Amino acid sequence: MTAILETRGVYKSFGALEVAREVNFRLERGARHALIGPNGAGKTTFLNLLTGFLAPSRGSVLLDGDDVTALPQAKRVKRGIARTFQINQLFRGLTVLENVCIAVSERLGVAGNMWRAAGRRTDVLDEAMRLITMLKLAHQAGRRVSELPYGQQRLVEIAIALGLAPRVLLLDEPAAGIPSAESHILLDAIAGLPGDIAVLIIEHDMDLVFRFASRITVLVSGAVYAEGTPPQIAANRDVRAIYLGGALDA
Amino acid sequence: MNDARWLAERHRLRWWEALPWAAGIAAFFLFPNYLAFGTQLLITILFALSLDLVLGYAGIVTLGHAAFFGAGAYTVGILAQHFGWNEPLSGLAAAGLVAAAIGLASGLVLLRTHGLTLLMVTLCTMTLLEQAANMGAQWTGGFDGMPGLSFGKILGVFSFDVLYFRTQYLYALAVLFLCFLFMRMLVHSSFGQSLTGIRENVLRMHAVGAPVRRRLVIAYTLSAALAGIAGGLFTQATGYVNLAALGLERAAGVLIILILGGYGRMYGAFVGAIAYLVLEHLLAKVYPTAWQLGIGLTLIVVALYARNGILGLAERARQRA
Repeated sequence: MTAILETRGVYKSFGALEVAREVNFRLERGARHALIGPNGAGKTTFLNLLTGFLAPSRGSVLLDGDDVTALPQAKRVKRGIARTFQINQLFRGLTVLENVCIAVSERLGVAGNMWRAAGRRTDVLDEAMRLITMLKLAHQAGRRVSELPYGQQRLVEIAIALGLAPRVLLLDEPAAGIPSAESHILLDAIAGLPGDIAVLIIEHDMDLVFRFASRITVLVSGAVYAEGTPPQIAANRDVRAIYLGGALDA
Repeated sequence: MNDARWLAERHRLRWWEALPWAAGIAAFFLFPNYLAFGTQLLITILFALSLDLVLGYAGIVTLGHAAFFGAGAYTVGILAQHFGWNEPLSGLAAAGLVAAAIGLASGLVLLRTHGLTLLMVTLCTMTLLEQAANMGAQWTGGFDGMPGLSFGKILGVFSFDVLYFRTQYLYALAVLFLCFLFMRMLVHSSFGQSLTGIRENVLRMHAVGAPVRRRLVIAYTLSAALAGIAGGLFTQATGYVNLAALGLERAAGVLIILILGGYGRMYGAFVGAIAYLVLEHLLAKVYPTAWQLGIGLTLIVVALYARNGILGLAERARQRA
């Protein structure tokens, strides 16, 4: 069976700096896959190559078996690749509901409509409200995003991406910056994501990674260093030495 | 679920939205000697409204919006002067179309930039048009402009009132009302919502798959059309057009009005235009030579303490109450 998302020999350099070196990677359907690696390993760059925000110097990206390497970001979104950002990229002056509505209207192809009031789009509103409720933000739907606690803003990041009804969801450090007291909200949200969506998560919190992922890829200096199940990765001495350090023993 | 209802009802008309129009009609009867001033006010509101669409909603920072006001004003003037095309309504339509065409053409190029670069190229575009109007004297009258234009009856019935501006006032009020309804529909639509998304976070709009540039160009074109209609109204109401229609002074003035009233709110254009013109009137009485100093100081106060203008202050006061 073809993977939902696959890269073949993806290579990218900025001048002399090689940020992705012949990366072969498979994300299976409905997978829960984590991408880990030390700072500067090229994790976010790899994600940008998957979304089309960056174009690889060579190699190809396949979505459901189709080569999408030449497709721009917007087209890939339409084909089902959605992402969240390591640093919040929200519509801060708008309400939570509007944030999600913007994504949903874009997906349903009604966002360019000038004649009908956005408030009459019950299809958009209902879908946005469903996602907001799923992420336990219903009580905040009418609040401006900028007024929300940081942890809840991270949930809005995910809600916007889910508004695109993705087949592939790329989460770039979803727990980054969340105080540990709030982190369980995010863990629950990620654990509760629909099973048919393939999720790739970049994360430094090893607790989260080992709880969430059924497969882990380790990226070092732009290349795949190791890949396997969580027990395999945990048992890999080199990985422990390079990256995990004492994290697993803690 | 209260929150969903708020968004679902935002586009509905509220009782207080009838007030500006009631006031506009009342002013016609209460101040018959000030209708020339009133007509200028209405035209200024329409121009500020057009700027609000791009600046307040789409977040396009422009210093050259008078280019479109001037394009509309000169279109009406040239048609009347050289082609004997004096029919007012079709003249306004032509003004809107010409301004929209210029908005589309320039928007396709300059909306590739943003921030300070965008500010500069909008300014340059306007200056180019201004110079074209200055140098194409056989068409535009050059520095002197085109004085003494006359126009036919509106709908073949109402003739322009050179002395008291009665017809002009009601005409401007009606055009403003129709343009306002159009603008109101636009900003509450899904399209309008996506413009606010672009204003708030362009990066994220790309990431949700929005055709950002296309949306911006459409908004810019529609805004140019509205500004062009305002300019056309100006020429028809006053019977002249000159270089002041598309200079930096007009572009900066409308920007100040919108900041003063509060941008991204539609009604900020109304409040700002009234506040600006009243302020100008009062300051000119007290300091005839240095009234602009007062405007400048007011603007500094607004920028420091009331970033969302007069309407922003009112909203804050209401939230506290």
